[in-house]
Amino acid sequence: MSLDGKVPTGPIEQKWSKHRFELKLVNPANKRKYDIIVVGTGLAGASAAATLGGLGYNVKVFTFHDTPRRAHSIAAQGGINAAKNYQGDGDSIFRLFYDTIKGGDFRSREANVYRLAEVSVNIIDQAVAQGVPFAREYGGYLANRSFGGAQVSRTFYARGQTGQQLLLGAYQALMQQVDAGNVKLYPRHEMLDVVIVNGHARGIITRDLVSGKITKHSAHAVVLATGGYSNVYFWSTNAKNCNVTATYRAYKRGAYFANPCFTQTHPTCIPASGDYQSKLTLMSESLRNDGRVWVPKKIGDKRHPNEIPEEERDYYLERKYPSFGNLVPRDIASRAAKYVCDEGRGVGPGEKPYAVYLDFKDAIQRLGKEKIAERYGNLFEMYQKITNENPYEVPMRIYPAPHYTMGGLWVDYNLMSNIPGLFVIGEANFSDHGANRLGASALMQGLADGYFILPYTIGGYLATVSWDKVSSDLPEFNDAAKEVEKHIKRLLSVNGSKSPDYFHMELGRLMLDKVGMSRNRQGLEEALKKIPEIRERFWKEVRVSGNGESINQTLEKAGRVADFLEFAELMAYDALHREESCGGHFREEYQTPDGEAVRNDEKFAYVAAWEYTGVGNTPILHKEELKFEVVKPSIRSYK
Amino acid sequence: MKITLYIWRQSGPNDEGKFVRYDVEKVSPHWSFLELLDVLNNQLIEKGEEPVAFEHDCREGICGSCGFMINGVAHGRQYAPEGRTTVCQLHMFRFKDGDELYLEPFRAKAFPVLKDLMVDRSAFDKIIEAGGYITVHAGNAPDGNTILIQKDIANEAMNAAECIGCGACVASCKNASAMLFVSAKISHLGLLPQGQPERKRRAQRMIAKMDELGFGNCTNQYECEAVCPKGIRKDFIGRMNRDFLFSVNTETESKDFVGAI
Ligand SMILES: Cc1cc2nc3c(=O)[nH]c(=O)nc-3n(C[C@H](O)[C@H](O)[C@H](O)COP(=O)(O)OP(=O)(O)OC[C@H]3O[C@@H](n4cnc5c(N)ncnc54)[C@H](O)[C@@H]3O)c2cc1C
Ligand code: SF4
Ligand code: FES
Repeated sequence: MSLDGKVPTGPIEQKWSKHRFELKLVNPANKRKYDIIVVGTGLAGASAAATLGGLGYNVKVFTFHDTPRRAHSIAAQGGINAAKNYQGDGDSIFRLFYDTIKGGDFRSREANVYRLAEVSVNIIDQAVAQGVPFAREYGGYLANRSFGGAQVSRTFYARGQTGQQLLLGAYQALMQQVDAGNVKLYPRHEMLDVVIVNGHARGIITRDLVSGKITKHSAHAVVLATGGYSNVYFWSTNAKNCNVTATYRAYKRGAYFANPCFTQTHPTCIPASGDYQSKLTLMSESLRNDGRVWVPKKIGDKRHPNEIPEEERDYYLERKYPSFGNLVPRDIASRAAKYVCDEGRGVGPGEKPYAVYLDFKDAIQRLGKEKIAERYGNLFEMYQKITNENPYEVPMRIYPAPHYTMGGLWVDYNLMSNIPGLFVIGEANFSDHGANRLGASALMQGLADGYFILPYTIGGYLATVSWDKVSSDLPEFNDAAKEVEKHIKRLLSVNGSKSPDYFHMELGRLMLDKVGMSRNRQGLEEALKKIPEIRERFWKEVRVSGNGESINQTLEKAGRVADFLEFAELMAYDALHREESCGGHFREEYQTPDGEAVRNDEKFAYVAAWEYTGVGNTPILHKEELKFEVVKPSIRSYK
Repeated sequence: MKITLYIWRQSGPNDEGKFVRYDVEKVSPHWSFLELLDVLNNQLIEKGEEPVAFEHDCREGICGSCGFMINGVAHGRQYAPEGRTTVCQLHMFRFKDGDELYLEPFRAKAFPVLKDLMVDRSAFDKIIEAGGYITVHAGNAPDGNTILIQKDIANEAMNAAECIGCGACVASCKNASAMLFVSAKISHLGLLPQGQPERKRRAQRMIAKMDELGFGNCTNQYECEAVCPKGIRKDFIGRMNRDFLFSVNTETESKDFVGAI
C-alpha cells in the first residue's frame, strides 16, 4: 500500500501558510471543551503542552520523570540551528532547508523540512522572549557558531547547555500553564498503552510509578512526544531511561513505524573504558570546530600522543574531505573513525583500542587557553571527570556511539500518525531528518513541532470531531487496562535468576555488532535469528523482584527491555530490506571502492512504514514515495 | 578494590528505615558511583533481593535526577576536591580499596523519602509554578536581536540558570532552606530585560511558596554553595532578598504577601 503524506500543493515557500489558512479552526470558546493528552515533557512535549494550554485547550501532560525538567532534552549540549543569517554569511531559510535535505541523504519529506527551516526563525525569538540566556556578543547581539555539517554560523547556544536552557524555557512556560489551570501535570506516570475507539486514538493507560496504580485517561486527541530509542543498543549517549515503549505500544495498536533502522552514531563520545559501563557520554561536536581529529600513521603506534611528531599523524578527515575537514556530517565522521580503528590505528589503552584523538593543541596555540576554556570549559571539565585526563595537556580520546534515532512513528504533514487523533512529535516521529540528522537540528525540530506546528494542525483535526466527553469507562479502555495489568503480572511471575540489564546488554552487544554503524545481509539475518532467542530466554529467565503495587524500578526496566527485545527485530527487518547505503544506514554491500555510501534512488526513495502483525511475525511494509521537487537528489559529497 | 556500603533502606514513606551493609568486590576505578550501585543491584536481583532504589537518568551531571549523601555530604562532594560534582559524575578512581561509605537520602521536611535513596522533590516544581517564568505566548515574540543584552549580564544570567534542581542545597542546609535554588531562578530571570515586568511579582510569589512548602531560611552557613554541582553562588541569595524587599514595598500585589517577610 502506498501512504499519503498529505503534503499541500503549491510552491514550497507557500505550502505551510496556505495549509495553515486551510486548516479548520476551533472557536476559542470551544477550545476548553477539548481534552488533549500529551505524553512526554521534553522539548517537544513541554512546548506543545504549554502552547496548547495557552490556546485554551484542556491539557493533561504525562512524564515518567519526577519533574518535566528532567526529560532527556536537558542533556543536549551543542546548540540549535536557525536561519537568521545574523552573521551575514549567506544563510537563508532556503539554505537551511537545502542543507537539511542533503544532510538527510534525501530520505526526508521535502515539505516538512522546508517548514522546519521556515519556523526555525521564530523558535529563537520565542526562546529569547522566555529568557533563555543564549550566548551574546559584546554589542549585546546574539552570538552564533558553526556546527557539524554546516558551512555557515547558524547555531545558537547557551554555553554547552543549550538543551538544558531551552528545556527550562519550555518547562517554565508549561508550569505557568499549570498555574493558570489549563494544564494538569502527571509526573511519575508511565504510559503503557494507547486506547483506540472506533479507529481513533482516544486515550492512554498509565502506571503511577509510586503507587503502582493502573489508570485510564481519555481525551479527544493524544500526542506522543516520548523521544528516541537509541537505548536499544544499551550503550548509547541517551539518558538511561530513554526507551521505545510508548511508540512501540502504539505500533502494536496499529500505528506504522517508519524507517526504524535509521539510527545515528555520534562521532564525539568518550570511548568505553572496558569493564562494566552503563552508558557512553557524548561531548558536543562543537568541539570539532576547533579540535583536530587524528590517529598515528603507523599501525599499533603506542607512543604518548604528545610524542608523536606532526608528520607521523594522520589528520584523516582533513585529508579525505578537504573542504569540510573536521566538520563533515556525523555519519561520515563516525564511519571514518571506525575505519581507522579497524585498520589497527586506534589509540588509548587496551590491546585493540577503539578511539581517535581530538586535539586542541593548535587551537590553544592560536587562541590561547582562556578562549578555549570559555568556549569548551565545561566539556573539558566533564571529560576530565570521567577519564581522569587533562584535555588541555593531552588530546581527548573520542569514539562514535549510538545517539539519535531518525526513525519513529510515521506521521503525515499534520504530524498525525495513520491512526486519526494520534499525533507524534519530536524525536518520536520520523519526518524531518531523513537517513542522517545534522547537528543542532533535533532541538529545532522538537520545538518547531511543539510551539509552531502541532498547535495548528491538531486544531484542524479537533474541529472535525465532536466535543462530547470521551468516557474512560468504554470497553476499549477497560480491555487495554486489563492487558497492561496482565503484562505486568507476567513480568513479575517469571521468577528467573537474571536481571533485566543482563538481557538488555546482551541485546545491545548484538545490535551494535550486527545492526550498528555498518551492517550486511549476513549479520542482519543472524540478528533476526538471535533476537527471538534472547527474547525467549528473557521470558524464562528474567527476575523482577518486588511487586507491582509500589515503586519498582526493576519492573519499569523489565517492561522497557521487553519492548526493546521485540522492537530490535523490526530494526533488523528494515535494515535488511533497504538494499542501499544512506546516512546512518550503511550496508557494506553498497559502497564505492573508497568506502563511501551508495544510495539507490530508483528503488529506495521512499519511507518504509511498517505495520505490526504479531510478535515474531514479519511486519507488513507500506511505502510513502518521496518526491524531490525542489532539491534534486545528488550524490552527497563533502570532499 | 573492595568497597563497603552502608545503605539507607526504607521501603516507603511510612517505613522506619535502617542502614544495611553491602560489600562490593572487584570494583573498577573506571566505574561511576552509580555504576557501583548498578552492579550491586544486579547482584541483589539475581539473589532474589530487592535492589536499592535511587534516581538517575542522564548520568552526565545535567538532569538533576541523581543525588544522595555519601558519608554525610551531598553528591559525595568531599571526594571531588575540584568541586562542582553530581554523584553520577563521581568515579571510583576517587576512592580507596576498603573504603566504607554511608549512603543516605537527601533529608528535608519538604522532600519526603519515597524509597531508599529516592525523595520527592516536587516542591521545586510548585515553586516554579508560583512564578518562575516569563509569560509569553508562542508566536508573538519580537526578533531576538531587538532585545540587546550586555555580554556580562547574559553570562551572569547563565551562571544562575545553570541550576539543575537537584536539591543538594536543601539537603545540606541545617534549615533545609531552598534559597540557593530559588535565588538562582529569581536571578536568572531578574537579570534579563525580558524578566523585568514580572520581576517583583515573581520574587514575592516564589518566596511565599517556598515558605509555605516548609523550606527554612538562610542563616549564612553556605553549605549549599559548597555542595552545589553547578557552582551556583550564594551572592544570588543577596539578589533575591533585595528583589523581595524592594517588591514588598513597591508592588501592589504585596498586600497579600507582607506576612511572608
Ligand atoms: C547527549 C545528547 C546531546 C544532544 N545534543 C544535541 C544538540 O546539541 N542539538 C540538537 O539539536 N540535538 C541534540 N541532541 C538530540 C536532542 O537532544 C533530542 O533529540 C531531543 O531533545 C529529543 O526531544 P524530545 O522532546 O523528542 O524527547 P525527550 O527529551 O527524550 O523527551 C521524552 C519525554 O517523554 C517521556 N516519556 C517517554 N516515554 C514515556 C512513557 N512511556 N510514559 C510517559 N512518559 C514518557 C519522558 O519522560 C520525557 O519527558 C542531543 C542528544 C543527546 C543524547
Ligand atoms: S542550587 Fe545547586 S544544589 Fe541547589 S538545586 Fe540548584 S544545582 Fe542543585
Ligand atoms: S543522573 Fe542526571 S545529574 Fe546525575
